[in-house]
Amino acid sequence: MSDLLASAWFGSLLIPAAYFVAALVLILGLRAMSSPVTARKGIVLAGLAMGLAILVTFLHPRVGGNYLLMIVAILSSGILAWVSAKRVPMTDMPQMIALYNGMGGGSAAAIAAVELLRAGHGHDVGLLTNSIAGLGALIGTIAFSGSLIAFAKLQGWMRKVWRFPGQQYLNLLLFILTVICGVLVVIGYQHDAISLDMLLLAFFILALIVGLAMTVPIGGADMPVVISLYNALTGLAVGFEGYVLNIPAMMIAGVVVGAAVTLLTQLMAKAMNRPLTNVLFSGFGTGDDGGPADAGGGSMKAIEAVDSAILMAYAENVIIVPGYGMAVAQAQHRIWELTQVLQKRGVRVRFAIHPVAGRMPGHMNVLLAEAGVPYDLIEDLEDINDQFSQADVALVIGANDVVNPAARDDTSSPIYGMPILNVDHASNVIIIKRGRGTGFAGIENRLFTADNSRMLFGDAQKMAQELVSGVKTL
Amino acid sequence: MEGFLALYILMLAAVAGYEVIAKVPAVLHTPLMSGSNFIHGIVLVGAMVALGEAQGPLEQTIGFIAVFLGAGNVIGGYVVTERMLQMFKRSDQPKAENADAGEGA
Repeated sequence: MSDLLASAWFGSLLIPAAYFVAALVLILGLRAMSSPVTARKGIVLAGLAMGLAILVTFLHPRVGGNYLLMIVAILSSGILAWVSAKRVPMTDMPQMIALYNGMGGGSAAAIAAVELLRAGHGHDVGLLTNSIAGLGALIGTIAFSGSLIAFAKLQGWMRKVWRFPGQQYLNLLLFILTVICGVLVVIGYQHDAISLDMLLLAFFILALIVGLAMTVPIGGADMPVVISLYNALTGLAVGFEGYVLNIPAMMIAGVVVGAAVTLLTQLMAKAMNRPLTNVLFSGFGTGDDGGPADAGGGSMKAIEAVDSAILMAYAENVIIVPGYGMAVAQAQHRIWELTQVLQKRGVRVRFAIHPVAGRMPGHMNVLLAEAGVPYDLIEDLEDINDQFSQADVALVIGANDVVNPAARDDTSSPIYGMPILNVDHASNVIIIKRGRGTGFAGIENRLFTADNSRMLFGDAQKMAQELVSGVKTL
Repeated sequence: MEGFLALYILMLAAVAGYEVIAKVPAVLHTPLMSGSNFIHGIVLVGAMVALGEAQGPLEQTIGFIAVFLGAGNVIGGYVVTERMLQMFKRSDQPKAENADAGEGA
């Protein structure tokens, strides 16, 4: 084995070849993941490629020791990640993505720290490589601390949105300080008063704070876009460190992800009608700019589950609009049951999904798929919006901002311009809602007081259950 | 690696990433985000090299952190993505289940 390891062809041919295959298959896997038919195959392929890349790295000629540390780190972290990933409910998926993404960013930053440390102690790699290491360190660290804050916010550990006047200027100042420290580290600045190691430490601490300070003022509603952005940043950081370490597979995989997720971030921001600059630099979704309640002057009209069941059972056309609230109440299985009993009565039932239903675009589809709802019943916003006018009943369950008519016509509303589902065009609208409060973004909803709207107050799962038994008894 | 050669690779990789995603339906946004999150877990490879080369307790500690974090990214990212995509079934499969449920009831 050691002869094999020592032989030149192994290090210079077999390992690079394995990395080459891994990079190719990772890209093909990602491609497969962008179509529902091949998605499952895509992740398995990518997993195999990753396994190959990791295994051959143990034999990498530059890996000269520390095997025990390596294995301990991989096993301990791997087991933790495995268990947490297996246990997390589907509703909490977005924050887990944020968490694992933050770990990737942190890893890239730590690699940069090792490389910059070595460069600072006589292992000269040249200015270009050093600069790229520094850039990756900056981006990776911001992605790390930012993602952790995003995780904490979605997990509900950090409810407060922390804002004060001039915050953006302070953030800018922090960022400039960080960059100055970074530049000094990269050029190997030497001075008696402050050592390079101290500068490096200051650089990383400042970068951590920048990530925190950037993310803390952003409200929960905008978190998906932010997570997506940090995902792209981590990809870039990984790509940069791949250059520094001279591992092209890492460079390619990192940059492919960086570019792909940048596009994904744009698609999401577009779906929410929130330009990225607004997400990062203005206070939407904080609940403090929705202003006083202007619910259009009307009052909400309540309805009982029995009456709702009758309305739906004798309808021809029912459209269900699920939101995150449904998933939190774990009502998706009951809703699917309701769909089935209605279908048996000959009612046409469809699901209308807003692009940002759930905590992230596509999240609601995952949740409905979990409950067993087949694809052909689920319609996107563009396909179904014209059909609400022909619907006898629209059942809104746990959704709020995505059905708020203010987005269509109230120019003063913070969500003005966001595409919404035209639920109010249906003959009857039934809204299942826990209480009378505002939605995730803290904005009043005129739909609730409209003439054709009825409120079914209560826990989503319980109400769905009552609807099912209501329809069954008819 | 030579500067400009690296730049070409970066450019081509960026174009590839953009094109690969360009036609993705909204249905898959969340799983795809998760999948791409898994793919940048290749950072573990770099972390292993960094730790493998590390000398002295400081470098070893930071290298250990790099590997620890990278492994979490890879394994967590994979499991979460696989769990989500596992549920995505073609519309004929759940329909068959419906028929069964209908007969049973």
